[in-house]
Amino acid sequence: MSLKFEDCLARLEQIVAALESGNLPLEESLKVFEEGVALARHCGRYLEDAERRIEILAKDESGSLTTRPFAGPADEAQ
Amino acid sequence: MTGSERPVLTVSALTERLKATVEERFPMVWVEGEISNFKIYASGHAYFTLKDAGAQLRAVLFRNRGRRIRFEPGDGLHVLAMGSVEVYPQRGEYQLVVELLEPRGLGALQLAFDQLKARLAAEGLFDEGRKRALPRFPKKIGIATSPSGAAIRDMLRVIARRFGELHIVLAPCRVQGDGAPEEIAQAIRDLNALGGVDVIIVGRGGGSLEDLWAFNEELVVRAIAGSKVPTISAVGHEVDVTIADFVADLRAPTPSAAAELVVREKQAVVESVADLSHRLRRAMGRRLEHERQRTTALATRRVLTDPSRPLRDLHRRVDDARGRLHRAMERLMRQSAHRVEMATAGLRSGSPRARLARDRHRHETLHARLEAHAARALETNRGRLGLVAGRLHSLSPLAVLSRGYSLTRTPDGAIVRRAVDVRAGEDVEVLLHEGRLDCRVIATREHDEPQV
Repeated sequence: MSLKFEDCLARLEQIVAALESGNLPLEESLKVFEEGVALARHCGRYLEDAERRIEILAKDESGSLTTRPFAGPADEAQ
Repeated sequence: MTGSERPVLTVSALTERLKATVEERFPMVWVEGEISNFKIYASGHAYFTLKDAGAQLRAVLFRNRGRRIRFEPGDGLHVLAMGSVEVYPQRGEYQLVVELLEPRGLGALQLAFDQLKARLAAEGLFDEGRKRALPRFPKKIGIATSPSGAAIRDMLRVIARRFGELHIVLAPCRVQGDGAPEEIAQAIRDLNALGGVDVIIVGRGGGSLEDLWAFNEELVVRAIAGSKVPTISAVGHEVDVTIADFVADLRAPTPSAAAELVVREKQAVVESVADLSHRLRRAMGRRLEHERQRTTALATRRVLTDPSRPLRDLHRRVDDARGRLHRAMERLMRQSAHRVEMATAGLRSGSPRARLARDRHRHETLHARLEAHAARALETNRGRLGLVAGRLHSLSPLAVLSRGYSLTRTPDGAIVRRAVDVRAGEDVEVLLHEGRLDCRVIATREHDEPQV
């Protein structure tokens, strides 16, 4: 699934609202339910996937941007 | 008196003396007045006039001095100017070469703040419509601040305390002093250029008005306005307001608050996904339960337990319809027949056939009367005939037979009166009083004497 997280979440909200309204035919309900389960799993994975990382931006000799780990304000104070 | 004895000065000499006197006398003065005819030339130098009710003074603000002035000088502004008076011999003019310009009344910084704010507001830079919503789940957060300042320390502490599985990219920049505005603006541009950054926090910790000034600089404000990534401003403390706050998509009162905001957003999203997942399953479960109940309810309905029922209903409906159809047809026929009758009757009363019928009826009546009459007459006559016949009978020769006489007839009915009327061998019949004898003649005798 290459959907953006925001789009996934929006679609999931839409599906839940539709299911809760109870207006969908049963077959359609089952179809969107499966889609919803997949979206919820995808969103959950995306959230868990985030790792804690703190970097500081720097420029190399050619002027292009690079990042390196940032240890903390104390280190930078020198 | 000759011209040579008079102390005559050339224009240049006089002007030189004036110049020396004036410039020596007024090397540095403070002058108060109102600016008019303010004009900046292409060279970057600004020329204007300082005036009050009684006099005017030409003044110049050279470019290199002008850069140090934070507010924008303009006509009508009441100022204190510090500078030296200089004479320009070529034009016979003197002017104040301004080193420092300060607004009278408001502080220079406040004025500068108000002016820039008004100008950018007029440009529409602070319009609510320009504000973008923060991403609900920012994964990669760019921070433009000093790597050694209080701001970054506070933000990292908040993020570490809450569950901060976030990717943070710090774009280091000085946040006060010379060059700070340029560095802040560049940091914002760098974070945009890096890519993948969901939200930018730009700010610094608390300080004096001068310390925070960089965030009131047009350069910084425009960099924020130009950022493609939604930006949160987080400058100083709650009470500190900078122009960066007006242009940012969101103003956080402090850097810590900005970090809280970002982390809370993430937490909210985690909870939201969990909630949605739960509601999804519950809604589906409820739906299935509902369908199950419906199915059960349907299965116990008469239609399914008594399958002939709908057929019976159908039959009854067909019968009903048929009955109604017939009744309607009959009614229609009756009405039609009645109308035909009416029409026929009308037709009949005037037709020759009607007269014929009447005549026939009369004829039949008469005929009947005639027949009755005839029958009666016949009956009467038949009675009379009976009487006559009775009397006739008493006179009949046949009546003699009862006294022992008989009558002989030939087969053809002729009375045999003489023997010669017959021959031997012929058949005769002899009528007695009662009955008849069929006889054959044996012999005939012409004369017969009685034997007795």
